[in-house]
Amino acid sequence: MISNLWLHPGLILLAGALVLPLVKGRLFRPCLLLVPMLAFGAVLLMPQGEFGVVPFLEWNLTFGRVDRLSLVFANIMTLMCIIGTLYGLHVDNPFEMAAAWIYVAGSLGVIFAGDFLVLFLFWEIMAFSSVFLVWFRVRPESVWAGFRYLLVHAAGGMVLLAGIVLLYHATGDLGFHQLDVTRPTLPMYLILTGFLLNAAVPPLHAWLPDAYGEATVSGAVFMCAFTTKTAVYALARGFAGMEILIPLGVVMALYGVVYAVLENDARRLLAYHIISQVGYMVAGVGIGTDLAINGACAHAFAHILYKGLLFMGVGSVLYMTGKSRFTDLGGLYRRMPRAFVFTLIGGLSISAFPLFSGFVSKSMIVAAGFEDHLYWAAFLLTLASAGTFLHTGLKVPYFIWFGKNNCSDDTWEKAEDPPMHMQVAMGIAAFLCLFIGIHTPYLYDMLPYATAYEPYTAYHVTESMQILLFTALGFFILLKKLTPKPFISLDMDWFYRMGGRVFQLGAQKGMDYLSVRAHKYLGNALPRGLNRFSQSGPARLSLLLIRPLWYLTGVKVLGPDGAEKQFTDTFSQSLFTIGSSAVFIIIVLMVLLFFIT
Amino acid sequence: MIVGLIEFLKRRLNRVILVCCVIMALLVGFDALLLDKNKAHTAAEHLPGFWAVFGLVSCVVIIFVSKWFGKLGITRREDYYDQ
Repeated sequence: MISNLWLHPGLILLAGALVLPLVKGRLFRPCLLLVPMLAFGAVLLMPQGEFGVVPFLEWNLTFGRVDRLSLVFANIMTLMCIIGTLYGLHVDNPFEMAAAWIYVAGSLGVIFAGDFLVLFLFWEIMAFSSVFLVWFRVRPESVWAGFRYLLVHAAGGMVLLAGIVLLYHATGDLGFHQLDVTRPTLPMYLILTGFLLNAAVPPLHAWLPDAYGEATVSGAVFMCAFTTKTAVYALARGFAGMEILIPLGVVMALYGVVYAVLENDARRLLAYHIISQVGYMVAGVGIGTDLAINGACAHAFAHILYKGLLFMGVGSVLYMTGKSRFTDLGGLYRRMPRAFVFTLIGGLSISAFPLFSGFVSKSMIVAAGFEDHLYWAAFLLTLASAGTFLHTGLKVPYFIWFGKNNCSDDTWEKAEDPPMHMQVAMGIAAFLCLFIGIHTPYLYDMLPYATAYEPYTAYHVTESMQILLFTALGFFILLKKLTPKPFISLDMDWFYRMGGRVFQLGAQKGMDYLSVRAHKYLGNALPRGLNRFSQSGPARLSLLLIRPLWYLTGVKVLGPDGAEKQFTDTFSQSLFTIGSSAVFIIIVLMVLLFFIT
Repeated sequence: MIVGLIEFLKRRLNRVILVCCVIMALLVGFDALLLDKNKAHTAAEHLPGFWAVFGLVSCVVIIFVSKWFGKLGITRREDYYDQ
């Protein structure tokens, strides 16, 4: 993967992941920080162009297609890898961080992939490495959630592969570039389905809250950044302007908001808001104009930072107290004030408050919707943004750090601000959220297209402030309605969780039934019937001939003392029976053979 | 420091609420009287305080629709999948 002095940043992470379990003692933590920094440095110094072209069978596989679109995603992915690793510095299990790095390497591999084969390879690496970030939490629930996550992604990967194979069969081209979205074909729909599953588009989204809610504290910080945003990249690369993505994106934005109202687990609530936020990006890709694609990229960039920050903030509560449900928390501002401030900054960023990162990124997509006269989409996305503030900006901070104190004595004792490395990681993310929001050229200059967009107009600021403040008013008026309750909400995973049980039950009962029937008919009735057939077959044949003679001569045929009974008794007792049975069976077999051939 | 500030504001909760209400009123007033609405995308946005109403209505709609949705059988006991 090295050519023309080009080093794949994913290779650095893969090498680091291989070496990491061997590093012991004092070198372990410096090594942890060094590797993602090297990867980030490699992205920063990377020239644009095509690198890492490897001949394989009849194809030329491209591992390094570097342009502005891939660079902006690679930049934020590696940056988040540094922050996530710093946050997870307390983790002693080297395999957890190694899994996280392989996962990031998979994501970078997809981002730099120039063809579908390389894309698929890294796509699968992502799924199979990230599942360990769920499993390493060790709880039985996490193990099962991990298996569900893996099965869903394996299925999605198969659909993607089917699409790639059919596309290659139809066009003879493996290159991963913009597809003709005006004339979608079956292979394109299959590839799109694979991408949409990873982007967590309903109804293919349930793996996300299921797995992210069960992941390890630092694992969730990684997971919330990479899978969905890599899918957004893939959509932006291949399906820009595909109109069906606009309604799908709007549905996502609203779906996440609705489930967030019902959610009692803070990390699952944040997971539902990933779906909601990725909805903006998917809609942006669907709109497909330069401004909209820029918006999708900018929002992915901002989203990775503030969502990482939110998962770090709520994760630090989970790390310190072992609780993530609102009904087990509350009133913690006295015990964990810094975690509160960092989470609040994340909440204000996702809610698109002026001066925070979401304000300068989300608005690009909504503005692109208005510019394209897609008023319904733009208004519904704005409505969803009110919901975002309602939950992530208000509900999460309020019910963890204020509100009714539901903490047990034990929880209250354990609760305090997390270790310094976690605070530094949150501090960096919080700084970047503000920096992007205030100094807009930092992000805007990285975007793939050159478009002039100014978020800080009097109209836009007034519009946003009105929406946000009056949403807050609604929140405090309806506070009682929003009080979390110890319930879970059923989602699409019900179908495979309960469907699995139905299948298991069906298979079990079905097998029982089959076994009993097989024993009864194949094991008993059939051999007995065959036995009788071959034993009494000659006698019955003879009876067919003799019976008319008996009737003609007036012999008593039926009854216990009748001629028929006497005949069969004699027949079965004589030696002749054996020979005649053998002849009879041979004749029957020959007749069968004749008909078969 | 953070805890001190929060407790300071909590002790003066009524005043904080008053300040918030004043800010909201000023914002709507600014929107209605002074704001240049040339950048508005639709005619409806020219109504005074359109986005304020939009925000409040969105919030209420989201809460009620979600609660109604939850009551359709979506919310279950926490041990639902363990049975």
